[in-house]
Amino acid sequence: MEKSPNQITEDLLRPLSRTSTKFYVAVALLGAVVVAAFAAFGYQAYSGIGVSGLRRPVFWGFYITNFVFWIGISHAGTLISAILRLANATWRRPVTRCAEVITVFALSIGAMFPIIHLGRPWLAFWLIPYASERQIWPNFRSPLVWDFFAINTYLIGSVAFLTLPIIPDWALVRDKASGWRKRVYGILSLGWRGTPKQWSRLETAMHIMAIAIIPVAVSVHTIVSWDFAMAPVPMWHSTIFGPYFVAGAIFSGIAALIIAMACLRKFLHLEDYLKPVHFDNLGKLLLMMSLLWFYFVFAERLTVWYGNDPSEMAVFWTTQQGAYAPLFWTMVFCNFLLPFPILAIKRLRTITGTVIASIGVVAGMWLERFLIIVPSLSHKYMPYNWGTYRPTWVEITIMAGTFAGMALLYVLFSKAVPIISIWELKLGLQKKSGVRSQETRERRELTAGLEQKLET
Amino acid sequence: MKAVYGLYSDPERAQRAADSLRAAGIPDRDITVISGEPLEEFEFGRRDHRTPMPWLAALGGVLGGGSGYLLSSLTQRAYPIPTGGMPIVAQWTNGIVTYELTMLGAILMTLVTLLITAGIPDWRAQLYDPAVSDGYILIGVINPPDDSRIEIERRLRESGTAAVKEVVLRRRFGSKLQGATG
Repeated sequence: MEKSPNQITEDLLRPLSRTSTKFYVAVALLGAVVVAAFAAFGYQAYSGIGVSGLRRPVFWGFYITNFVFWIGISHAGTLISAILRLANATWRRPVTRCAEVITVFALSIGAMFPIIHLGRPWLAFWLIPYASERQIWPNFRSPLVWDFFAINTYLIGSVAFLTLPIIPDWALVRDKASGWRKRVYGILSLGWRGTPKQWSRLETAMHIMAIAIIPVAVSVHTIVSWDFAMAPVPMWHSTIFGPYFVAGAIFSGIAALIIAMACLRKFLHLEDYLKPVHFDNLGKLLLMMSLLWFYFVFAERLTVWYGNDPSEMAVFWTTQQGAYAPLFWTMVFCNFLLPFPILAIKRLRTITGTVIASIGVVAGMWLERFLIIVPSLSHKYMPYNWGTYRPTWVEITIMAGTFAGMALLYVLFSKAVPIISIWELKLGLQKKSGVRSQETRERRELTAGLEQKLET
Repeated sequence: MKAVYGLYSDPERAQRAADSLRAAGIPDRDITVISGEPLEEFEFGRRDHRTPMPWLAALGGVLGGGSGYLLSSLTQRAYPIPTGGMPIVAQWTNGIVTYELTMLGAILMTLVTLLITAGIPDWRAQLYDPAVSDGYILIGVINPPDDSRIEIERRLRESGTAAVKEVVLRRRFGSKLQGATG
């Protein structure tokens, strides 16, 4: 049964006004892991980067893996939301905000990793282009400086893309709240009233931003791939890396979105809003990306194998049959063999099915990032310089902290902001009823015309 | 500052009220319309539709791109570092910074244009009623002429509002408006 506008408001504002014990337990548990990660980071900053598993020849390990992974996850939101917005997909309304939030938080977490990775994080500001006396002005030919511009552009654009449609919902919360909440939401809503001019400007701005943000999202992960592709390292120096990374990012992003939506549905009781059709549609998208991912992996591997370059073949065989083979084949299982049948068979593409496939994809994509970075660095050109990499407890704790941090930020956000855009949902309802009344009017006119004809 | 307004439960009645006020000689700019969601299917929801925002966004892109190119190329000239056999001013790599700042310029210009043209933030006293959040559409007139106030109230009432309200706007937005139900 369809909900009335007032029921929609009531349902979606409930998480903001009522706090259950589960919320406090979740915040405490997640917060504890985050605190542990901060402690591990503090220990690393105090003791030096030597407490991590980074050793010659593998200087990029868990931290850079997580950097690439989280930037990839960030593609869930703004990109998908912008595409669906421009395509005017009506089913997007309950999904877009859940997705856009993932972008902002995942991008912020991802951007932290290069700083965590620095031996001396307090010198991170050297990455920012500013004139100094050091005579080492940022090198604009370095992919790391491109990262700085790309990630910040995407972050600013994504924050705006997320925040602008929240303003009318904050105004709604302001009208419904009392006491200090009314004051806080009164400030946050910026004095929004909802005049035709304000609505029109908001919709135009969202349209322009949707157009602008899609190429930015593509460029961000392309540039992250160039961090690798610009280096003459075996199996990195490849022209396929740009689209390969973008496809992988969208793939893992959709999977993360499905998991987040399933959690919101269960814990915030949003069964009437996040319906099986949303999981079904996203499941189809995930299936397409799974096929695309498999195509890219096959194309990359085939080219390397056919070229038979000794330095590349060393990396190739270590992942196919050597020390990294268990991880490689687990990745293939998680990213293709598991999700493909689940998502291809309609009967299995249920909420549970898509969530199982998505958990597999998120794990598989993390492994993919690891397998791009570590085997290549541990098998560079000179065999006497080959080595291995084992993460330490510091790296594992920091990584666990970022996952917990992501969940914590999401939980806190859904406590302060309606996680589904209320006004957009009502607009969808109004448009649907508008179409219906138009149909009724046309039917009435037709009947009247027919009656008139019969009379004459 | 005084205002008279009616709250309408559906857009058809709100449209009727707006048309009726217009027929009474009240210009469009004096008629306030407020709704909880955009109502583009109705004439009153399409007011003030024209905006130079897309052009300004393009201008922002040009400014951003220009500043990106200048930032990278002038820096390279000021601090010449030979890298990997590339020229000092490397156009291929500068293209990336130029591209990112083009998009950033367009995004920021869109944001600024939105804030300015939509008139936010604005916490001054404005005509508003929290019932808008319950789905009502507000149609009102700010500072109606004394001689036509009764006529405006009649027209608002005849269009199907439950009650015509008169308010004095004198406090900060978000706090309760001083008003009396007519």
